[in-house]
Amino acid sequence: MLTESTLDPATAVYDATVLAGEPWIHEIRAGQTLRILDLEGNQAADTLFYNAHDYEDRYSAQDTIRDQGNIYLTTGSRLQSLKGHTLLTITADTCGRHDTLGGACATESNMVRYALETRHMHACRQSFVKAIAGWGRGLDKRDIGHNINFFMNVPVTPEGRLTFEDGVSAPGKYVEMRAEMDVLALVSNCPQLNNPCNAYNPTPVRVLIWD
Amino acid sequence: MTPAVAAVPVSAAGKAPAADLLFEDVVREGATWSHVLKRGTALRITDTLGGANVGALFYNWENTAERYNMPDTLKAQHIARLTRGFVLYSDMGRVLCSITDDTVGWHDPLSGCANATMARAKYGLAAYQDARNEYVKNAYDGFVIELAKYGMTARDLPAPVNFFSRVVVNEAGGMRFVSGHSQAGDAVELRAEMNVLVILNTCQHPLDPNPRYEPKPVALSVRRVPPPGPDDPCRTSRPENERGFTLTERYFL
Repeated sequence: MLTESTLDPATAVYDATVLAGEPWIHEIRAGQTLRILDLEGNQAADTLFYNAHDYEDRYSAQDTIRDQGNIYLTTGSRLQSLKGHTLLTITADTCGRHDTLGGACATESNMVRYALETRHMHACRQSFVKAIAGWGRGLDKRDIGHNINFFMNVPVTPEGRLTFEDGVSAPGKYVEMRAEMDVLALVSNCPQLNNPCNAYNPTPVRVLIWD
Repeated sequence: MTPAVAAVPVSAAGKAPAADLLFEDVVREGATWSHVLKRGTALRITDTLGGANVGALFYNWENTAERYNMPDTLKAQHIARLTRGFVLYSDMGRVLCSITDDTVGWHDPLSGCANATMARAKYGLAAYQDARNEYVKNAYDGFVIELAKYGMTARDLPAPVNFFSRVVVNEAGGMRFVSGHSQAGDAVELRAEMNVLVILNTCQHPLDPNPRYEPKPVALSVRRVPPPGPDDPCRTSRPENERGFTLTERYFL
């Protein structure tokens, strides 16, 4: 559902640009609002969330889609954790649909999907692992669950096929969500060059936080 | 309340030649089961009564940080369902198991598992004190308990497969559970392409609208099978799978 925000970027307490191929890891306190903005369009922002006080209690794609009875995320979607908590609620969305089934690209899945020779290419799960290694506090690869792909369009057909469609995003589109508890956010601004999820041209995203 | 366990010997159905059969077992209703399925063997799961649901998790036994990955499995094969000819990918680009036989046609990879809060809200509280081994169980607790036996915790719980269940997605993204999908005698067979820790749980599917706690048992058989050849249908079903099998075979070289 398309909904605009009334929040003014000038009043944000945090405002940063995440370049393509870079991770971003940041704590968001209960009540704060996070906006992820697609600066140049058709850019996938692969995103994970954790309960900031119990990393085992992380974002769960399957609990989120099952509880809302719909595979797409948009305004009103409650991002659920493995242990049944609502981590965040999407409060504004000018894109209309976000994916949580397609997962994050990885060196190894790229080799399967495209060619064994793609092993050297950068991938989201490289960024995830690098970010949590820097963050420390016990996080490791086992904590990389199934993520959200903000701005990505991955329809499922009634026959049970998964398709990758052209992005529904465009320059300036954004998604905004309110933290319902203290969460740790982990974003990989996707470096994928082998498919159209970034229109073959990965570009920066902007992240803003309001109190 | 407890259905009799119809222990149909799978070997008698002609699917597992006696010479190759290693063992048979039953997973009772609502129970959890685990086994390290060896490369070169296959696990056949039979819905003995009809209407079963089998939540399933898969790990590389030599390094359990490598485990079944739902998104990698779906996007490599462009699917949102599982059936014969498809494979289960790990997060490391390798094939954990191939689906070599299937009489059901659709197994659900999307819906996760129910936890204690959901089970209590749906089925009420039947505690062990009163209900003994028919107490109301849930797949989340079953998985977490079984994972602990292998040194793992809830953080090691990815999206499970729900075998024998079908959830269809409409064009608006809405999810719908299809009741009466699996029939008595329906079966699915998984060939291990690695040494795979398999964890199964027979609690009801989390979207099953049946308001009563009525999980169903399944029968298992494990047999020795030949390795997949160059023309194996799971290998040739997609070019992605050719590469997945290559990466899996390299792991054992």
